[in-house]
Parts: sequence; structure tokens; C-alpha cells
Amino acid sequence: MPGTSPHLMRRRAVVAETRHLLFSVGPGALWITLFLVLPSAYLMGVAFMTNGPYGLPEMPLTLDAFERLAGFGFLGWSPGNLYTLLRSLWQTLLSTTLVVIVAYPIAYYITTCRERWRPIMLLAVVVPSWTNQVIRTFGWMNLLAPGTPLSELAEWLGLIAPNMGLYPSNFAVTLGLVYNFLPFMVLPLYAAFEKLDGAQVEAAQDLYASPVRAFRHAVFPQTLPGLLAGIVLVAIPAFGMYVIPELLGGGKAMMLGNLVATQFSGGSNWPLGAAGAILMLIATFIGLFAMRRIGKRLGGGEEVVI
Amino acid sequence: MSNRTPAAMADAATLATAADQEAETRKASSIELRGLHKRFGADAVALDGVDLSIRAGEFFTLLGPSGCGKTTLLRILAGLEEPDQGTLVVGDKELTEVPPHRRSVNTVFQSYALFPHLSVRDNLAFGLKMRGLPAGERDARVDEIAAFIKLGDLVERRVDQLSGGQRQRIALARALVCEPDVLLLDEPLSALDAGLRAQLQVELQRLQKRLGMTFVFVTHDQDEAMVMSDRIAVLDSGNIQQVGAPSEVYERPANAFVARFMGHENLFAIHAREDAWVQTDIGWLQLVPGEQDSTPGDWLLVRPETLEISDTVPEGYNHLAGVVQERLYRGSRIEYVLEVNGHALMVVASNLGQRVHQAGDAVTISVCPEDLVTVAA
Repeated sequence: MPGTSPHLMRRRAVVAETRHLLFSVGPGALWITLFLVLPSAYLMGVAFMTNGPYGLPEMPLTLDAFERLAGFGFLGWSPGNLYTLLRSLWQTLLSTTLVVIVAYPIAYYITTCRERWRPIMLLAVVVPSWTNQVIRTFGWMNLLAPGTPLSELAEWLGLIAPNMGLYPSNFAVTLGLVYNFLPFMVLPLYAAFEKLDGAQVEAAQDLYASPVRAFRHAVFPQTLPGLLAGIVLVAIPAFGMYVIPELLGGGKAMMLGNLVATQFSGGSNWPLGAAGAILMLIATFIGLFAMRRIGKRLGGGEEVVI
Repeated sequence: MSNRTPAAMADAATLATAADQEAETRKASSIELRGLHKRFGADAVALDGVDLSIRAGEFFTLLGPSGCGKTTLLRILAGLEEPDQGTLVVGDKELTEVPPHRRSVNTVFQSYALFPHLSVRDNLAFGLKMRGLPAGERDARVDEIAAFIKLGDLVERRVDQLSGGQRQRIALARALVCEPDVLLLDEPLSALDAGLRAQLQVELQRLQKRLGMTFVFVTHDQDEAMVMSDRIAVLDSGNIQQVGAPSEVYERPANAFVARFMGHENLFAIHAREDAWVQTDIGWLQLVPGEQDSTPGDWLLVRPETLEISDTVPEGYNHLAGVVQERLYRGSRIEYVLEVNGHALMVVASNLGQRVHQAGDAVTISVCPEDLVTVAA
């Protein structure tokens, strides 16, 4: 009876286990390998190659692209790329902060509405993002261009020089980013608010907390997971944003995404573009890591899943 | 699911003993409510002119069906709701307009409303922290109260790791640790299973006696109210129907609503009177001469435990003839549903070894005139 030998049974178990693993994890692993690991490895390789005469990567391996990225060119060091990096970081920080400030009251307000109105309110927040991003950004161009009511108002208030218009500018980019990413903050915050038991706010007030302190100690910490999730959903794509600074910044408000795109699309320098992409990846990982740390500390040592 | 583990029961039992050891006289405050009105929207009247005096150190219960206004009244005491009219005085302080965080009044919420993002320790310390107590003193007071309610080993846990009974006691301790003038309890036992609930009713009542604190307790359960309270206020549709000790409210209900709410079923309309005699659906019955001043529109309350099934009727007692319809054997007592003059009459007999009657038996029931009570409509 060969089927009952212990050796064979163990072998069959191993085969079954392997097959199970292959079918359950296999497709996902294949997907990630094909569309994430391989392209990233390719990008990593390109970044260390030499820029050929037509902007395409060639051998030998070199650190030229990273030197160029750091600002060292034929004419010595220039701060252009550093400014772009700093501008990207600043725009990300500023627009994410503004998104939080705008989204927090909106999310809270929706939870105070009657239950049957809430899906409609959420829909009103989300529906604009179903339109093509380029079209929406063109819409802002029309609203902020010189001579439009908003620009005239800003001019009349003395905020901008005559006939300058609100677009193109860093301000227009920030506005575009805030507008674009608002739903990504409202939704996780709404989910956090909805889970909150109203009686806890009353309990906090009953336990000698003023309305402000009740918010600080009973409400805010419970919305923190939603807030952190929202920040990640907003900050990472905002950091790499291409369309909005391209259209609303008009060349003088370039972000890292534009720098990378130019290197590939103009065919000017693939290795430099790849190096820029790797820089973005590293910055994103540092940001995520920092968020986890902040989440842990604010969450009282509790793991906040991002 | 059940909290009736031996450990939980033992913990509950020692709660009062711990209170005894702790015994120290705390300040207690009286409560004066005058002309309280509260309505929600156009036609939802929650309170329709409530006057109430609660004594210092009293276990006072607000009893009534849902929607009677008892929870609104409690929320006005807590400051979570503002009355449209009327005044509230606790001790010698007028509190009508004072926001909840400036009142020395704490609440045990029905849902407990513990903070899920804080540990048990931080939940217990919340009120003290908001009052600005230094961290060291806070920790000492929290350890003290945690030991006091026998949950000292749980203080570092998260709230979602606690059972229902443990949460209930943490909610109680979170309010008690602030040593308020008045403790408000909003149906705090309603989420617990029957065994633990009965246990905690007794423990809570003992705890209140030992602390000497004024407790205002809200419930819709008349048995719970009678077991725990010094006095009960029965509310219906925003009005106080009766205030009194449990025995008064049960034995001498002020009106038919109170009688029915206290669980009385033997209520019969009085059709006519002649001197001390009244005519009801179950026949003519004699009251104590000169004592009752009811009018024909009123009701006669016959408490089932005052009725006796017996062949011999004592001198001066009323007697009625009935037929046993149903018999419920409950061990310590036997409940009969009799048919008298075409109407149902409940009789409760203590199980003292007398003859147990069967359905269909014709019996004679006797009742002393002093046990008959007339009740206003």
C-alpha cells in the first residue's frame, strides 16, 4: 500500500500546501512583480546609467544623474532643482494643511445632518472628482485668469499687481491641489466621525471638560486614524502631482513631478528623470515612516494603520 | 455573554464591603426643581411644569414609561439640556444656566459612554484631569477608586477588553471618583443580564447609603425602583403623578396610571356608592366606613396578595364567589386567575402548604375592608 507510507503522505501534504500557496498568493505576487518590482528595478537601473546623445540611457554605469539632480551641471552648481524639491515639499505641506482645515468641519457637519441627507452630502463632495482632472484644472484657469471677477477682486484688495491675474502662480497651484484632494480627506474623516458616540462628548462635558477641551480630549483623538489616513491619501499624490502645477503654475511653480516628466517626455534625460523618481519614492517612504511615528505617539502608543 | 461568572458576582458582593471600609461622610446636596418646562419642537412636550424637592443624601428614583420625561429631567440636572422655563437649585447654588462642566454633578450614562481611545486608568482620571488635579494626586485617587470597586488589576486595560459588568462599574467609578454633590444614573443596569442586575441593584443601594451621596436614578422598571429607592417620583407625559416612598406608591397609588404602572391588574371601576359600600364589576364591596371619600368615577384597587381563598370568611370581611380559570405555580407563591361576576380577578397566595386549587374549582375569596383602596381616575 504505497499510498499510506508516512513519507509519501508528507510529500503529498507539501505538494498540496505549495499548490494552495501558489493559487492564493500567486496572482497577487505575479501582479506586484510585473507592475511594481520590475519597473522599479528598471528605473533604479536607468538612474545609474549614462545619458546618451538622444536622452536615452546608455552604459557605462555612473552617478551623473544624481549629480545633475543635486544641481551640478556644466556651468557649476545651480539651485534650480533644489528649489523645485523645496517647492514640492512646501506645496505638499501647505495644501495638505489647508485640506485638513477645510475638510474637518465639512466631515463633522455631514455627520450632524439627518441620516437620509448624508449620502447626498457625501456625493456632493465626491462627484466633482469624477470629472477629468485636466478639465477641472482648466476650469480653475478660467476662473483665475487676469480680468476675471476673482482676479479683479484680488487686484482691488491689493493682493496682486494690476493685470497679473491669480493664475499662473504658486497660489493657483495650492488652490488647485486643495480643491482636487478635498474628497480624499473628507471621506476618511467622515468615517471616523460617524463611529463616534455622541454620548461621549456629553460624558466629557459632564466630567468638567469645556466644549473646547471636550473636543481636544474626547473627539479629536478618535478622529486621528481618519485624519492620518486622509493625510497620506492627500500628501503622497500631491507631492508627485504633475497636471496641476503644469497648468496652474505656468512654468514658474514647477514641482518635482514636472521635473521628472520633462526629462522623459522631452526625451532630454532619462537617467535624470529616473533619479528624480527615486528621490520622490525615498521622500514618500520617509513621509510614511514619519506619519506612523506621529500616529503612534498621538494615538497613545496604539498602532494607527495607514 | 453572561456576566454571572462567580468572580464577577464575588466582586459585586465585595463592592459594598469596600464602601464600608471607605466610609467617610461626604457632603450631600439637596435638589430643588421649580416649574420646569421643556418641549422639543412644536408639539413634543417633555416636561410640563415639574416641581420636585430631592433631599440631601437621598436615593431618589425617576420612574416612568419611555417618553415620560424622566431622561429629560435627568439631562437638565446634568446641564446637558436647558429648560425652557423653571429653575434648578442644587445645595445652595442656582444651576439653571450653568454649563455641565461647571456643575459638581456627574452622570453614569446608559451606554456608559466610556472613551474607547483611553485606557481604563485614563477614563477614570478624565474628570480629575479636567479639573486640573496634578498627575500624582490623580494617579493616587484613581488607584484608590479602582481598588474600591475591586477592578484594580484592570486599570491598564483598554475599554474594549472589558465585559459589560466591568464597563458598568468603570462608568460608575469614573463619576464617583470626582466626588460630586449629586450622582445621576441613567438606567445604568438596563444592559446587564438579570442575575448581575439584581446583584448590582442591592450593591448600588448599599453603596449610596455608605457614601451618603445624593443619587438620582432613572428607570422604567418599577421593581428596580422599589428595591433601591428611598423615594420614587412616577412620571407620565411630562408630569409628576406621585412622589413617595416605595410602599406609598405601591400600596396607595395616587391615580389609575400609577397603579397600572406599579404592576396592579385588579383595578375595577366604581359604578355606585352607598355609605361605605361600593359597586364594582366584581360586585358590592365594603370599605372602611368614613375613611374613603371616593366618587363614582373612581377606581377600586384590590391588591392580589391581600385576597385570601378560604371557606371561612372572618367577621367584617368582604367575600366574593369565583371560579379558578388559571393557576400559575411559582414555588414561593401561587398565582390564580379567577372569574368573578364575569371579570378576571388576580389572587396571589403564599405557598404555605394549604390546598392548591385546580382550574374549574369554585372558591370563596375574602378581603379585609382596610386592604381596599380607592384610586382617582
